[in-house]
Formats: sequence, structure tokens, C-alpha cells
Amino acid sequence: MKRASKEQPLWRDEFSVQSATEKYVARRQFSKFLVLTSLGMFIGNIWILVRSWFAVKPSFAPQRITGSADIAVGEVTLFSYPTAEDPCILIRTSADTLVAYSQKCTHLSCAVYFAKEHGRLECPCHEGYFSVKDGSVLQGPPPRPLPRITLKRDGDAIIATGVEI
Amino acid sequence: MTRRGGLTAIDGAIALIAILLVIQMWLLTATLESYLSGHSEPILPAAIISGAIFIACAGLFVFVRRIDADVRSKDLYR
Repeated sequence: MKRASKEQPLWRDEFSVQSATEKYVARRQFSKFLVLTSLGMFIGNIWILVRSWFAVKPSFAPQRITGSADIAVGEVTLFSYPTAEDPCILIRTSADTLVAYSQKCTHLSCAVYFAKEHGRLECPCHEGYFSVKDGSVLQGPPPRPLPRITLKRDGDAIIATGVEI
Repeated sequence: MTRRGGLTAIDGAIALIAILLVIQMWLLTATLESYLSGHSEPILPAAIISGAIFIACAGLFVFVRRIDADVRSKDLYR
């Protein structure tokens, strides 16, 4: 039977795995994993950057807005542009001024409405308010202005020609 | 440096790396949301900051390895 050395007990001599050492290596491996995750997210940011450099600005076909001729001052009409899944709101702010915006709130895509008494576009979900002049955010959680629909007048008809983000 | 001191330093470095990772994760999701909504202005600054965070994480990892080598060289596990 093997005898323990004078300095160490038998179990320490014979048992080669040391728990403190094992834990120590696990911390190092974990930190390596975290750094590799950080590298992955940095690569993700670079990928988005490269994609943005090669992104093609979309162009949209002009579309006549039906019902736009009979809107009174302070009244609105709803339409879809550029696709049926893009609801928009057209507002006559004065006798000769019409503005149109996407109706999707830039916070969580709730439908905004025109609050005539306040003269602004309001989102009922989280009380986000937008300026009717330029769609900028007046108050609330929306992070960006409302996309503006560019308009063109063709006689009595109003034509939507594009989207300004 | 003692073994206990070394482990404490490593634990602190790992905690710091984890915090930086959370920030970087938020940055990535915010950048993606901005890109998908058509706004490309914050993408370049976000990529630069993400790179800086990665360099900080790599620096902390080098620190962890150095502490590890230092403690091991003192042969404190006997």
C-alpha cells in the first residue's frame, strides 16, 4: 500500500483534479466566450453599416388621393400610400395648404389622428404628439418624426409622389 | 498577488465585461431598428462605439489572462 508523503496526505497525492484550479479555468473560458460574443455584435454593427452603404433609396409611383378635393380646413382624409399596408393621413391646415404624413406612429406603429382642437397629430397609445407643420415630435416616446408624404397638385387632384423619411 | 486576490480581480473584470456586453447589445438593437426604419445617420457612430466596446472587452480579457498567469506562476495551488 502506498504511503502518503510527509508533506501531503495520501488523497492529495493521488487525486489529481483540484477544484480551485478547475473553477479558475472556467472563469477564463467564460470571459473568452463573452469577448467572442462582443466580437460577434461588433461584426453585426459593421454588417449593418455596409448594408446601409449599398442600400438603394426606394422610389414610389405617384398616386392620386381620392376625396382630397372636398376637404374643409381642419379636416382630414385617410389614404394608403405607397402600398395598401401603409396608412396615411392628409390634413388641410389652411385654405391652400395640404400636408400628409404616414399614420403609423414611429414609437410602436399605432394609428395617429389629427386633434383639431390642439392643432397637432396625436398618438392615443402612449400620448406621443407630432407637429402638423413638419411631423416632428412634440412630446412623448416616439423617437423620430412622422414620415412625410410629398404631394403635388394636378388641377383639383392631389397626387402623392413620394415618402420623406 | 494571492489566489484570493487574483480571483477577485478576475470576477470584477468578468462583471465589467458583462456590463459592456449589455450596452453593446442595446446598441446593436437600436442601430438595427434605426436602419430598418430608413434612418442611416446613427449607424456609423454606433459602429465606432461598438468597436470601442469590443476593444475594451478584449483589453479586460488580456487583463484576466495576465492575472491568471501571474497567480499560476506563483504556484499557489499546492
